[in-house]
Amino acid sequence: MTRNGDSAVRLVGARKAYGDVVAVDGVDLEIEADEFFTMLGPSGSGKTTCLRLIAGFERPDGGRVELAGRDVTGLPPHERDVNTVFQDYALFPHMSVGENVAYGLKVKRIGGDERRRRVAEALAMVRLTGYEDRRPAQLSGGQRQRVALARALVNRPRVLLLDEPLGALDLKLRQQMQQELRTLQQEVRITFVYVTHDQEEALTMSDRLAVFNDGRIEQVGEPAEVYEHPVNEFVAGFVGVSNIVEREGRRFTIRPEKVRILDDVDASDGLRVEGGQIRDVAYIGAVTRYIVDLDGGGEIQVVRQNLEMSSQEALEQRGRRVRVGWRGEHAYAIPGSQQQPEEEL
Amino acid sequence: MASPAPRAEPAASGLARFLWRRPRLQLSLLLAGPVGWLVVAYLGSLAVLFVASLWQLDDFSGEIVQNPGLQNFQELIDTPVYRSIVLRTALIAALVTITDAVLAFPIAFYMAKVASPRVRALLVVAVLMPLWSSYLVKVYTWRIMLSNEGMVNWVLDPVGLNGPGFGNVATWLVFSYLWLPFMILPIYAGLERIPNSLIDASGDLGAPTWTTFRRVILPLALPALVAGSIFTFSLTLGDYITPTLVSSTQFIGNVVYANVGIANNLPLAAAFATVPVAIMVVYLLIARRLGAFESL
Repeated sequence: MTRNGDSAVRLVGARKAYGDVVAVDGVDLEIEADEFFTMLGPSGSGKTTCLRLIAGFERPDGGRVELAGRDVTGLPPHERDVNTVFQDYALFPHMSVGENVAYGLKVKRIGGDERRRRVAEALAMVRLTGYEDRRPAQLSGGQRQRVALARALVNRPRVLLLDEPLGALDLKLRQQMQQELRTLQQEVRITFVYVTHDQEEALTMSDRLAVFNDGRIEQVGEPAEVYEHPVNEFVAGFVGVSNIVEREGRRFTIRPEKVRILDDVDASDGLRVEGGQIRDVAYIGAVTRYIVDLDGGGEIQVVRQNLEMSSQEALEQRGRRVRVGWRGEHAYAIPGSQQQPEEEL
Repeated sequence: MASPAPRAEPAASGLARFLWRRPRLQLSLLLAGPVGWLVVAYLGSLAVLFVASLWQLDDFSGEIVQNPGLQNFQELIDTPVYRSIVLRTALIAALVTITDAVLAFPIAFYMAKVASPRVRALLVVAVLMPLWSSYLVKVYTWRIMLSNEGMVNWVLDPVGLNGPGFGNVATWLVFSYLWLPFMILPIYAGLERIPNSLIDASGDLGAPTWTTFRRVILPLALPALVAGSIFTFSLTLGDYITPTLVSSTQFIGNVVYANVGIANNLPLAAAFATVPVAIMVVYLLIARRLGAFESL
């Protein structure tokens, strides 16, 4: 992280406001070369604006944008060595697929055989060989998305920016495209900067991710690190479902899949055990989700695989008194919460 | 479960249901009036115009002879004055169209893509407002301004220049002034329909502003540009008041007017009136060849 000049993208104190609304509020960020970096956050958290600052569609009110160590803050998009895959794909409707993909090469005056070869390569890479003469309107959503990808990659940019590219696709296709994007990124060895509000997508695909909230970055780190050690309640709640339990003035987060409902016969060695009552049960096919009111105060969500339990049995658990237990190391104290109770005391 | 007691229903509800079950009938009832009006009043009269242009005027009796032939068109082509009037009208209409397109595009682009919603609303009103005042007042004002003692000469005099005076240049100027809103509004509507992301994408792929304009914005705005040009072009082709007031030269409209009102040669007037229609048809065919309607 400290190898200066080596980072593919660097934001220094980037700030952008629209009227009274501060979309990006002093963001510092370093993205390494060749990494798959995700900007995750709810809508309106400033992640897309950050992407647009990197691409050059927006000019920051303050701060700097650097690409490969070079200050590009004052450069228009067409002079930046990045390409973007847009949320709505932004394919030119008056051009064929081939013309769309060739556009970047054409305006850079790369002509003849080289252009034809690179367009064919790019279309082959996204498995759309033979679609050159179709119009974007004749393609399905998934195919359009692939054309947008080919149109960006054909320019061999140093950095590829992707703005919620899978948002408009249905679940099956989205999961398939997640795989493909990840494989593609490893093949082409280009830095991917990926914007999404889908935490699962962020966790599956990224080398590292940044969690955005309210124009600021709350946490940057590898997926496992962010998931297991969220720095504050926002991150804990946004990345995965999280239980927040307050004990002895400290707040802990425990992931629902780490909590067990203990039957009388179960051993409870090494577990922290509390009593409670099941308030609600939701059967979700592969798993069942229980909400347990804890006797010690607060509630806890428990997710349990339906190994032997039928839906009927699961639903009948409602109202039952239970013991829940978890390992001490899975209850992670939220760092930020330590100061707050102290201040109040 | 016991069925609820039937509610008392107004007769209108029965009619609504009857029509809901017969969507075609509903549509026919809705469209019969307006479509009938369109067919009879617009297309019908145009057809009558074509037929009338094939009739002749009996030179001695002054009666109309309903004997179809192409003599009127022959006369149009053979008479040098008529030929130059058609040419002049078409040429000035084309110049007016180009002038308005060049003036309208930046304004429309600013309105559609740059201005805040508030400024946009103000600009729409500003563009529409000139249409609320009387056409005659505006043309007479130009006549006064362009006259020898008028404001145009008065402003240009200190710089050592002269105004255009009355003539073809004045006609071009006044028509360009009059029809500009008819060009701005369609282009504005057309540009508003182009997603901003397409403009971003073009820049992102390495195209400088001018290339983005030429390869993305212009092709996608072409149908709107053609729509606007139909207004400016055909309004100029059909006008006869402006040329009368700020020029001594004649337009197609002046010839039609003279033949209807003075010479009472309705068939020749009809034949002359089909010329703008023919010019527009040719213009639209060319526009279609250029792909103007592909992204409609």
